[in-house]
Amino acid sequence: MDQLATSLDSIPVLGVAFQLIGYLVATVPVIAPVFVALAAPIALGALCGVMNERSGIVNIGIEGMMLTSAFTAFLAAALVAQAIGPTSATPIFGVTIPLLAGVAVAILTGMLVSALHAWLSISIRADQIISGTIINIMAFGVTGFLNRLVISPNPRLGAGIFRPLAPPAFLVDVPVVGWLVKAFFAQGPIAMSVVFLVILLQVWLFRSRWGLRTRAVGEHPKAAETVGIDVIALRYRNVILGGIFAGLAGAYLTLEQSGSFQNGMSSGRGFIAIAAVIFGRWTPLGSFGAALLFTASEALRVAISLSPPTGQLGDVLRFIPAEFFGALPYLVTLVVLVAAVGRSVPPAAVGKPYVREART
Amino acid sequence: MAESETVLEMHGITKRYPGVLANDAIDLDLRSGEIHALLGENGAGKSTLMNILYGLAVPDEGSILIDGKPVEILGPHDAIDRGISMVHQHFMLVPVLSVAENILLGAETMANPVFLDRNEARRRIVALGRQFGFEIDPDARIENLSVGWQQRVEILKALYRMARILVLDEPTAVLTPQETEEIFLVLRRLAAEGHSIIFISHKLYEVLEIADRITVIRRGKVVGQRIPTETDEDDLAELMVGRDVQLIVDRGISHPGDVVLSVEGLRAKDDRGREVVRGIDLELRAGEVLGIAGVAGNGQDELVESLTGLRRPTAGRVTMAGRDVTGRRPRQVYEAGLAHVPGDRHRWAMILSFPLQDNLVLTSYHKPPFARGLVRHDAAIAAWAAELIERFDIRTPSATVTADTLSGGNQQKAVVAREFSREPKLLVLDQPTRGLDVGSIEFIHRRAIEMRDAGAAILLVSAELDEVLELSDRIAVMYRGELVATLDARWANKEEVGLLMATGGREPVAGEATA
Amino acid sequence: MTVDGRPRRPFWRRGRFGRVWAIAAVPVASVVLALVVAAVIILISSVVTTGSLDVSLPLVAYAALVQGAFGSESALLNTILQATPLVLGGLAVGVGFKAGLFNIGGQGQFLLAATAAAGVGAALATAPGPIAITAALLAGILAGALWGLIPGALKAFSGAHEVVTTIMLNSIAAAVIGYLILGPLLAPGFSFGRTGDLGNAVLPIVLGDNIHIGVVLAVVAVPIVWWLLYRSTLGFEIRSVGANPSAARYAGMRPAGLTMLTMSLSGLLFGVAGSIEILGVSHFMIPSYGTSIGFDAIAVALLGRSHPFGIAAAAILFGALRAGAGLMQVLANIPVEIVDVIQAIILLFLAADIVVRRIFRIRAAEALTDLETVTSSYAGRVR
Repeated sequence: MDQLATSLDSIPVLGVAFQLIGYLVATVPVIAPVFVALAAPIALGALCGVMNERSGIVNIGIEGMMLTSAFTAFLAAALVAQAIGPTSATPIFGVTIPLLAGVAVAILTGMLVSALHAWLSISIRADQIISGTIINIMAFGVTGFLNRLVISPNPRLGAGIFRPLAPPAFLVDVPVVGWLVKAFFAQGPIAMSVVFLVILLQVWLFRSRWGLRTRAVGEHPKAAETVGIDVIALRYRNVILGGIFAGLAGAYLTLEQSGSFQNGMSSGRGFIAIAAVIFGRWTPLGSFGAALLFTASEALRVAISLSPPTGQLGDVLRFIPAEFFGALPYLVTLVVLVAAVGRSVPPAAVGKPYVREART
Repeated sequence: MAESETVLEMHGITKRYPGVLANDAIDLDLRSGEIHALLGENGAGKSTLMNILYGLAVPDEGSILIDGKPVEILGPHDAIDRGISMVHQHFMLVPVLSVAENILLGAETMANPVFLDRNEARRRIVALGRQFGFEIDPDARIENLSVGWQQRVEILKALYRMARILVLDEPTAVLTPQETEEIFLVLRRLAAEGHSIIFISHKLYEVLEIADRITVIRRGKVVGQRIPTETDEDDLAELMVGRDVQLIVDRGISHPGDVVLSVEGLRAKDDRGREVVRGIDLELRAGEVLGIAGVAGNGQDELVESLTGLRRPTAGRVTMAGRDVTGRRPRQVYEAGLAHVPGDRHRWAMILSFPLQDNLVLTSYHKPPFARGLVRHDAAIAAWAAELIERFDIRTPSATVTADTLSGGNQQKAVVAREFSREPKLLVLDQPTRGLDVGSIEFIHRRAIEMRDAGAAILLVSAELDEVLELSDRIAVMYRGELVATLDARWANKEEVGLLMATGGREPVAGEATA
Repeated sequence: MTVDGRPRRPFWRRGRFGRVWAIAAVPVASVVLALVVAAVIILISSVVTTGSLDVSLPLVAYAALVQGAFGSESALLNTILQATPLVLGGLAVGVGFKAGLFNIGGQGQFLLAATAAAGVGAALATAPGPIAITAALLAGILAGALWGLIPGALKAFSGAHEVVTTIMLNSIAAAVIGYLILGPLLAPGFSFGRTGDLGNAVLPIVLGDNIHIGVVLAVVAVPIVWWLLYRSTLGFEIRSVGANPSAARYAGMRPAGLTMLTMSLSGLLFGVAGSIEILGVSHFMIPSYGTSIGFDAIAVALLGRSHPFGIAAAAILFGALRAGAGLMQVLANIPVEIVDVIQAIILLFLAADIVVRRIFRIRAAEALTDLETVTSSYAGRVR
């Protein structure tokens, strides 16, 4: 068997491919936790997108919602930390009062910005893509301004980050699935909650009254209105509730991943989330899968930097410019999006403002 | 029918829209177990009145009484609570949801405060269907059902909500005569069980057949009330239109010339990849009208799109005036002599946000005198627009107003003006009068016959069987993507064509004529 | 009062001027409102940073802003210089809007064009000026057009919406630029990554000491784009595809081709902007070249209502804000980033135009832009 592998590996090109597969199999368990963590903000953004688009509202402002929430989460946590002084963290997750305050403020921010999007696209009936773009531009402008005004002058601001859970060794050591346990449970609280939120939303969307009404409103709002459903109210509610997910994604960036705020730190994740929604056919589970796929390449980059492959594969990878790996998640997103569009059908009423029938 | 108690009264209902008095002090009453027909032309105000009853519009004046008690209906919710249900002309069903989900929507049967009880719902739906004589699959997706079955789902939706008063808005518009009979059976059964039904229509023979009473509305006013046994079609037509109408344009006899359109073995797929045109052969000569009858959704749209360059056929050949135009783009097909009045005016035929004059040159903007090379010639466009507005009697304040400011009839006249004036060899008319008032219909029908007599070949596609019968020299029936029969219009009768539309003529039919 | 007793409309609502007013009223009012809101923000932020309230601060700030933008010849020229890429970018986004396309990938197109122009310009640094300049400009413009063509083709053939694809292409462009400048285009002998000196490929100065000949390109682009959109058959086709792609196909046009053409044209205009910024202002390219042109151009196009002349006016306004912001930071101690905030608030008021109309009692019925197909084509093929 080993001999076979060696002889396969010696074939040019194909050999490198085999080495790559071998390398991936070997590294997946190692990088899986990174993988899930990287996918978390994208998956959360995608849940926000699902909430919006299932109700018929296009939301390309997820990026801006994330960025704004990341900023307010950091600022709120830092200010609370400054006000109450050092506090002890809980042993699990390293939860502190400032961090909790930060998450709460992030969620509120997400809902608030979403409320603006809801107002613009539902009541004002502005073009929904324009509304989302304006939210993105506002997010960059306002957080950049406030960053300069408040955070930059105080370099010592900060409240630390959540700590990942350390799952008990006997679970991690279970053969075959142990690495999966580690992947999903060796996470901070926000990344870990993603899996539960995805399943929860999936079940709600397809089994509950709210879900049925939401799907109907996104497909054929007039039909929903004629059976007595308040289309406008439901859309408002869903868009604003969707902001919770964008807020969590923002909190993840500053309070679980980095512990600091940089301008534009959402770096396109909100847009990748939109692609994840499309590729995931507007289902929470599907979007989560898509988010994992989109981050696979980034996880691979982490793997290569952690344990550089040897042999021909190593030579090949060294030959590929580093920038290529930087561009890979976006390239993968692009390719997958192109393949997915047309095959997955969006909710029929998405993007169309709803006007109540001649009720003047 | 014996005199019974009044369940619904509408008094002095008045509704004004900017520039229009949609309802002018309308009175209407409905008795228990009655089928009450509301007859009127398109735009007479029937739908407005029913939208008011259903809470989709708020009246400016007037009152509504249910069981003698005044009520206020501020939204569909209020209407449903009071036992009123409405079957809209364009079905209010969500295509991607199942029958059960559509019926449940808004009146959910719950297993607990959050989740639906889907098994109980299925059971109730099946039972309800049986009660009215049909077996329905609650898990079928709406988009896979025929329009006849979709209508049954709409009726089930009303019954699931325990509706006592059922409003049906033009329920037969999309049905074959046979499907219409089946729905009538269901309606009679409902009435016999004590439900009250308001039946909206503009088809005279239908209301004479189904209604217990007929109220006629014209221009927002009630102009008369009749009992079917004491009236006839001519009387109702005069009431409805307000003048003596000649219901049928005298089309004279045709003088077919050379073959202009020849189609061999044409096949095409719809947007979802299903083959819906399955081997069409036809031949059309100069100076004749070939009408294609068929229930909507039997591949007519895709056939028309394949002939006019909007859809690429998967197989077969289209020859137009001697040129092979199979799979060519619209512009190349136009060069071969085609003019096309599309069925969906707002989707295909007009750019509503553009000035009327730009719309009047939409299919010839690139040619002299309207343009030379890249340069547009606005003066020539304006002059041509002025001429067409005059010749085709398009009512508009000017040629520079945007097309969306025109009424539906005038928009369609503009499309007809543009296409008829291109001196085509072949004219494809797809639902040319859908949704128009009698005046515009007459106008367009007369112009079409003029075009035929001037030597154009005309392919007419219409879901309105009456229109096909009226204008065509030959009638082809389209069923599931095939032309199942071609009849000489002089000897075709409505029942025969209707049966072919409904069944494709698979079963032997007594007295089947030229096929 | 007129004969029929109705109050006569004020002069600015009559005739040709009235038609312009009907379109311009909401943008103008939005700018005014945004400045008022920004004044409040300036006050609040000064309280936060200094702990004291100075009510006159907004006036001081705005005075500094105006002085910095128009107060001297050099200020004025600086405003023009700042407005130049905004004019071109605004036209790029505006042309896309007319075709129902939303190009938010201006940043990538701009940067890639800048890199291409810098690379070719450096390679031809010793060639005769006209040849070097033409070649460098063409390289940049072509790079921009190509980077615009990609999302156009993706949309035309697969239906992938340009809002997502152009953003992805921005990030991909950043990687490509990093690779190019640190690789093949790297100028030796510097302590940081940059392209080589341009030599003869630098655009000549035509006015003052910083107005290069590229500014002329921006100025002539405005009437050219206007003519193309409103006086040519191609423009009619572009606008038709934007307003109703199905009807455009019925009319014999080719929506797929027009989508690709318009996106290329949009990328081309961003390419012109990127090229002349490098060849006329920066004179070399670095991997971390900072620009917010993609978003700024959207703001310009929206404020200018996608009309070339409106875009020119909006670009001058935003150019003035950027030119004056420096002096404002010095004199009033307001971070230059306030300009981004003002820009965002203007956009917010533009979107919420109903609110603006109510405040100013504007009756003009023009909607924000003719963008219906931008959103309706979302996530699916335009049919």
